[in-house]
Amino acid sequence: MSSAGLSTSRHRLPGSLAWHIGSLLILAVILYPVIWVIGGSFKKSEDVVGSLDLFPGDPITSNYTRLGEGIADISISTFFLNSLTLAVGSVIGILLSCSLTAYAFAKIRFAGRNLLFTLMIGTLLLPYHVLLIPQYVLFRNMEMINTYTPLLLGKYLATEAFFVFLMMQFMRNLPKELDEAARLDGCGHLRIYWSIVLPLCRPALITSAIFTFINAWNDFMGPLIYLNEPDKYTVSLGLKMFVDQEGVADYGGMIAMSLVALLPVLAFFLAFQRYLIDGMATSGLKG
Amino acid sequence: MGTTVTHAPAMEGLSQDSEPRHGPVKPPRPAALKRRRRRENLAGYLFMSPWIAGFLLLTAGPMVASLYFAFTDYNLFDAPKWIGLDNFSEMFGDPRWRHSVQVTLWYVAVGTPLKLLAALGVALLLAQSRRGQAFYRAAFYAPSLIGASVSVAIVWKAIFSDDAIVDRTQKLFGVDVGGWTGDPDMIIYSLVALTVWQFGAPMVIFLAGLKQVPRELYEAAEVDGAGKLRRFWNITLPMISPVLFFNVLLETIHSFQIFSSAYIVGGGAGGNACGPADGSMVYTCYLYVQGFENSRMGLASAMAWMLLVAVALVTAVLFWSQKRWVHYEEGA
Repeated sequence: MSSAGLSTSRHRLPGSLAWHIGSLLILAVILYPVIWVIGGSFKKSEDVVGSLDLFPGDPITSNYTRLGEGIADISISTFFLNSLTLAVGSVIGILLSCSLTAYAFAKIRFAGRNLLFTLMIGTLLLPYHVLLIPQYVLFRNMEMINTYTPLLLGKYLATEAFFVFLMMQFMRNLPKELDEAARLDGCGHLRIYWSIVLPLCRPALITSAIFTFINAWNDFMGPLIYLNEPDKYTVSLGLKMFVDQEGVADYGGMIAMSLVALLPVLAFFLAFQRYLIDGMATSGLKG
Repeated sequence: MGTTVTHAPAMEGLSQDSEPRHGPVKPPRPAALKRRRRRENLAGYLFMSPWIAGFLLLTAGPMVASLYFAFTDYNLFDAPKWIGLDNFSEMFGDPRWRHSVQVTLWYVAVGTPLKLLAALGVALLLAQSRRGQAFYRAAFYAPSLIGASVSVAIVWKAIFSDDAIVDRTQKLFGVDVGGWTGDPDMIIYSLVALTVWQFGAPMVIFLAGLKQVPRELYEAAEVDGAGKLRRFWNITLPMISPVLFFNVLLETIHSFQIFSSAYIVGGGAGGNACGPADGSMVYTCYLYVQGFENSRMGLASAMAWMLLVAVALVTAVLFWSQKRWVHYEEGA
């Protein structure tokens, strides 16, 4: 593997063939667990582990139909609805609060901006675990354990510096003439933010929304700490409860449930992969 | 979005004053200027108010509280009791704590370089062709999105358990070490495998960086007779060093904080949260056990601050080292 192809390759056939073979091999390794899960979810539990076959000879669907019975007398749809509530709530919060902050950093010259910006970048590098215990104590004293407030509040207060940063980079690249013209016409910042900058930032907003949705959907530690009644559990916690209950015995049900839990994330990925990858690519570079 | 990027990376020059964005077209009279400046300040702080509230309530305040708890005995039910450095001396004297440090350092030291090597290697491969690049890029990126989920951790546990697919495959090659997740020494490697599997995110960043390297440089080097390896070493690597720095920094910090996958891949076996014989007891796992299972909030806060100090040290060393190996384009 070298960078030579960057400059010289004329796509000679053997080289191109080797390239595709190499890429396909990596793809096979990457996708193997995914295909294994799909195949395994149609196997009897005792065959999931202990058989090298990817797909069963006699596929069964009982792993899926059994999910209809729910987990510990709670319907699967409850977990999905809980996760959906949290994810959508997070998306709304992030879009509003982070775009306001990003606008201030990108478009308003106010005293102390550099200091606040440095602090924000600092929070980007701060390990979350330092805040875990004091935040838990705080929310416990406010009697908010077992509510969704601790999981959502930060999203409405722009604590996710990554998205502020992403939106800010995008806003700084917008043509300056637009908001300068609007200013000369007497528009205030709120008007410019809402009617000019936000509509132009759609790609950054979509990227942030999808990342936020997926992160909230995947989040495990937050719900693990703050939620303790099973009917408030998210899909992640429901899954963990299912595993603890069934132990190693029910591999079939376990991976069928895992797969179902991943479906929304995979659907988002397939629909919006361009936004996600471009957003990721830009994060390492100054726009 | 990705089309307008330049070489200068995010971490360079955190100050924003390099180019004035809202300089007035004509300098107005002093009184008007003053009024305008006051209005800008007011607008700035109004727009910033959610962030400022969040920073004080959920970041700065908790950090101070955490620092205080670190010097107290606190079980959530009784008021925190000041005990000086006792938490720290207990921590350093605790073999389980030292074990968790070791497991974490091992995980970071093995997993992060492997993941970044995979990311860079595959990025170099993908950069060679435009046909099919978008497809492979998307497919390789997908694990990064789902890798943090409980689902994938469960699947991982199944794949690496006794008699499962990995065990059987290695037996085909005559290696009989059993399933990795049941083995205290091997379980950490199943977590390393899980993080390497998610090489897609840094790979996408590398690819974006590779796209920025001017082709003329390679052509000039080729005229000068530089071989492939030489071109990689003298052109590609220096040119992408800013994104390399960014990836190393973020992946390292991220690795120190691994929790969910260790907790789930290691969990379940007889109520043990951290793997067989604490095999997957990474630092945050032990922090969780001490804080939320043993209700030792003071001790857990002390542990969290040690983690913060460690991460800050690594960050500082990386930033210090970048003068030696990271090349920023002038005037980008």
